[in-house]
Amino acid sequence: MENLIQRLKRGKILVSDGGVGTMLMELGLKPGDAPESFNILHPEVVEKIAALYLEAGADIITTNTFGGSPLRLSFYSLEDKTEEINRNAVLSARKAIANRAYISASCGPSGRFLKPHGDIEPEQMYDSFQRQIKVLVASGVDIICVETMTDLREAELAIKAAKTVAVSTPVIATMTFDSTPRGFYTMMGVSIEKAASGLEKAGADVIGSNCGTGIEDMIGTAREFKKQSKLPLIMQPNAGIPTTQGGKPVYPETPEFMAEKAKELISIGVSIVGGCCGTTPEHIRAIREMVEQQNQSGKA
Amino acid sequence: MEILKKISAGLQQGDDKKVFTLTSQAIQEKIPPKEILEKALIGGMKIVGEKFKIHEIFLPDVLLAAKAMSAGMRLLEPFFIKEGIPTLGKVVIGTVQGDLHDIGKNLVSVMLTGAGFEVIDLGSNVTPEKFIETAKQENAPVIGMSALLTTTMPVMGSVVELLKQEGLNGRIKTIVGGAPVSEEFAQKIGADAYGYDSTNAVESVKKLLNKT
Repeated sequence: MENLIQRLKRGKILVSDGGVGTMLMELGLKPGDAPESFNILHPEVVEKIAALYLEAGADIITTNTFGGSPLRLSFYSLEDKTEEINRNAVLSARKAIANRAYISASCGPSGRFLKPHGDIEPEQMYDSFQRQIKVLVASGVDIICVETMTDLREAELAIKAAKTVAVSTPVIATMTFDSTPRGFYTMMGVSIEKAASGLEKAGADVIGSNCGTGIEDMIGTAREFKKQSKLPLIMQPNAGIPTTQGGKPVYPETPEFMAEKAKELISIGVSIVGGCCGTTPEHIRAIREMVEQQNQSGKA
Repeated sequence: MEILKKISAGLQQGDDKKVFTLTSQAIQEKIPPKEILEKALIGGMKIVGEKFKIHEIFLPDVLLAAKAMSAGMRLLEPFFIKEGIPTLGKVVIGTVQGDLHDIGKNLVSVMLTGAGFEVIDLGSNVTPEKFIETAKQENAPVIGMSALLTTTMPVMGSVVELLKQEGLNGRIKTIVGGAPVSEEFAQKIGADAYGYDSTNAVESVKKLLNKT
């Protein structure tokens, strides 16, 4: 398959997949269990989610390895299974999609804070990401996706680990922003300006934002990123802020609503559009149809 | 007093060394420990909380300020051995069973400590029984519960229910919070209060204990 970066350079708009964690919950993940445990216990469910997103039209399928770094897995005493969990995730994705889409390896936050705010040394954090990424790369992923970061230093360590393990594998890096009266900031106080320059300097090939509060805030986030960087951009919003009905989370933004708003993301110049928590294959299908129209009209 | 202002400023900057040095200086100058605690440490944390609320500062600043506060507290503790550190009351806090997300809970814990409460933090994945057992043992009048997952929110209801069964409702009050938790949810399960964010949680606990 053509390298992701080359394809983006040709001006192609790509669609990434939607929420994985929320889909796992739909398909039987119990509260308190590690989502990544499904890679060992229920690979058929992991394959199914990948297949559903491929079928919906995603060009990029994310592995179920968001919490697959040993630091994060240690919350569940699963750090000894780091290799098995990450390898199985890639194998399941590959089994479901073969070479019909890119496999993007999710690397989420460690869940721990670096010194002085927490007790983790930078070397420890780096080693944790490196151990995860080594397995992911050896198992054959096309992209490394450092995502949902709120601490820029942590994101930089993960990107550097990815580039050290596999210099030619493209790295996507996203951070999660809150909308405040003073603009967009991550929970750790990182502005989009700082994020854009920090992620780029660390070596990311595609930068942007994921998760958050819904697609409307993501449009504002995208505008700001566009001002700050010339790198290709990715935006993967949540389907809004969930409310609970009958003990279940309900995300308010419909596939139609998100697809319509996603047009604006593309007109701003975003290269990859997808979803995060609460988005489903239906959301991705709607976004795919919209992007198809845009790519067509772009050619004309 | 100038030095108390300096301690408060050091705390707000998250400078634990400065707070430590200045607090020991204040003790040598015979400033009453209670005054150092209330005016410099709790006073400083209050400003930190207010700035955090309006997004002027962020989580890292709060975490550093909390560290600086405990640097000062360590020096003051020996003076309160007899009567104990004057607190607004004890609060047992934790993230509920099945949920490992503790950033929000830790923040509330920091803010409650900063406001002068004694916080017994049970960490995450806390069972209803553990919450109640601890509150009884410690004679704590408030249980604070946090959840990030919609799937773990019902555990909060179990705690309220268990308290009722043991006839402790009213004597041990409950407050709930976390991203998916709402005022309506709190009312529905019969919790005594809801904390919208960390600052609001502190205000709500104060109200529960009539400390406002």
